[in-house]
Amino acid sequence: MNPSDSPTSAATTQATAPLLESRDLHVRYGAINALNGVSLRVMPGQIVSLIGANGAGKTTLLKTISALHRAKTGDILYNGESIRNLAPHEIVRRGLCHVPEGRMVFANLTVQENLQMGAYLLTDRKVVAQELDYVFTTFPRLKERLHQMSGTLSGGEQQMLAIGRALMGKPRFLMLDEPSLGIAPLLVKAIFEKIVQINREHGITILLVEQNANLALEIAHHAYVMETGVIALKGESRELRANPDVKAAYLGGR
Amino acid sequence: MSQFLQQLINGLALGSIYALIALGYTMVYGVLRFINFAHSDVLMLGAFAAYFLNPSIERTFGPQSIPGALLVVLLSALICAALGILIEILAYRPLRNRPKLTVLITAIGVSLFIEYTCQHRSVFRAETRPFPNLFPSRDFQWLGLAVNSNDLVVLAATAVLLTALWFIVQRTKTGTAMRAVAFNPQAAALMGININRVISFTFGLGSALAAIAGILYALKARGIEPLMGVTPGLRAFTAAVLGGIGNLPGAALGGFVLGALETFAGGIPAISNYRDGIAFALLILILLFRPAGLLGKPQTEKV
Repeated sequence: MNPSDSPTSAATTQATAPLLESRDLHVRYGAINALNGVSLRVMPGQIVSLIGANGAGKTTLLKTISALHRAKTGDILYNGESIRNLAPHEIVRRGLCHVPEGRMVFANLTVQENLQMGAYLLTDRKVVAQELDYVFTTFPRLKERLHQMSGTLSGGEQQMLAIGRALMGKPRFLMLDEPSLGIAPLLVKAIFEKIVQINREHGITILLVEQNANLALEIAHHAYVMETGVIALKGESRELRANPDVKAAYLGGR
Repeated sequence: MSQFLQQLINGLALGSIYALIALGYTMVYGVLRFINFAHSDVLMLGAFAAYFLNPSIERTFGPQSIPGALLVVLLSALICAALGILIEILAYRPLRNRPKLTVLITAIGVSLFIEYTCQHRSVFRAETRPFPNLFPSRDFQWLGLAVNSNDLVVLAATAVLLTALWFIVQRTKTGTAMRAVAFNPQAAALMGININRVISFTFGLGSALAAIAGILYALKARGIEPLMGVTPGLRAFTAAVLGGIGNLPGAALGGFVLGALETFAGGIPAISNYRDGIAFALLILILLFRPAGLLGKPQTEKV
């Protein structure tokens, strides 16, 4: 096994093979089954949304994929390779990057240092400069705040920093956990536009966990609905938006 | 006035040593949130490493040559860096996800283990051995002050080491990663940072500083024994708390403040016997009014 260090464009994998696949994942917290056999597939180049109520296991699933939690049984395949027994930093090295819930920017570091940490695994200064340019064109606000302590940023700016920081590592696959959490509605719209832009312009595959089901289904190709540790529904997001059960439970509609 | 300056120099020299040790306590606390009580024994091992290395290096470089002394210090620092890393891997890493109290008690265990193993007659034995003067040592008068060249060595070494440490922590990628891990290890792991490697680096760095501090302490005390680390270790731990545990400039400041307090209290004949009592009473007073330490920020415990 010797996967390449640098993420390549999605075009190199056949569109028929999923870039990420979880197979029958079980995760326990003490006596509680947090995930009870979750299988999910994300095709390269797509945006896939994962919606569901609080406590359904969405965050647990992302944390298990990025190895912050260990699965009891089941497997996680990334680009055809099992990543279930890897350490978190080894998964990042393969181009799979996780923007955690609550943003988790390093409040004690400047914006610049946060971005530098995002590029921790890149050794080529030229590539780092390119990525920095790309982050600045995507989020010009970060350039204005470059030398500010990131703890002093607003919630929206911190979310931009969290996403920008992940982009610094030149990811091929991005997992975003609740990017709308605690952010002014106007900014939420802007950030979701950026997510679509990142996906279109760079072919970065995205797995999006989101409470705001309307927004999540609007920008996704496919979606999964989670309920208490299992996948309750899945399909194209168009279909799910029309599904009366989804409408009633998650979209606030009739 | 000259009396005051004299005490200030003595206080700064003693405080420098406390500062160097305190930095190790506070760095480890920063990344792992526990007090590495074995730190004071690494200091002792640093002095012993220098003691055993010195004869063979003196044979090559001649007695009290500056390059030879620097080589002794450097090698002792490297040996202790390796020991510090080893202690973390063997004793603390297996307990990484256990309650902090478990790790804390283990640290006390490691400390006692090192101290009593080293006192065994087949290791270092319990008695005090004279510590050689590594650097050419002279007393001289300067503006009516009696200064020993070893005090100047201590001050110069501390100035160089504090600057180097500041540079590593603030200006290098590894140093930035250390600060990132200290703030949030999970988020740091998601950046691709190898947490274990950063923790090893932190232990290595802190232990190297402790080794150098141990040698400087031995130069002042003129003798070494397996329990020599206990007193300066306790003082330095106090200094780290005084400055705000987890805060690097705070640890350095705390070391200087404690060294100065102790020296000034000791310099007043009527109360010199109570100098530790006075120093620690002042410490309690400071912590009553600033519980997070001089430079520490009050923090709420994250759940």
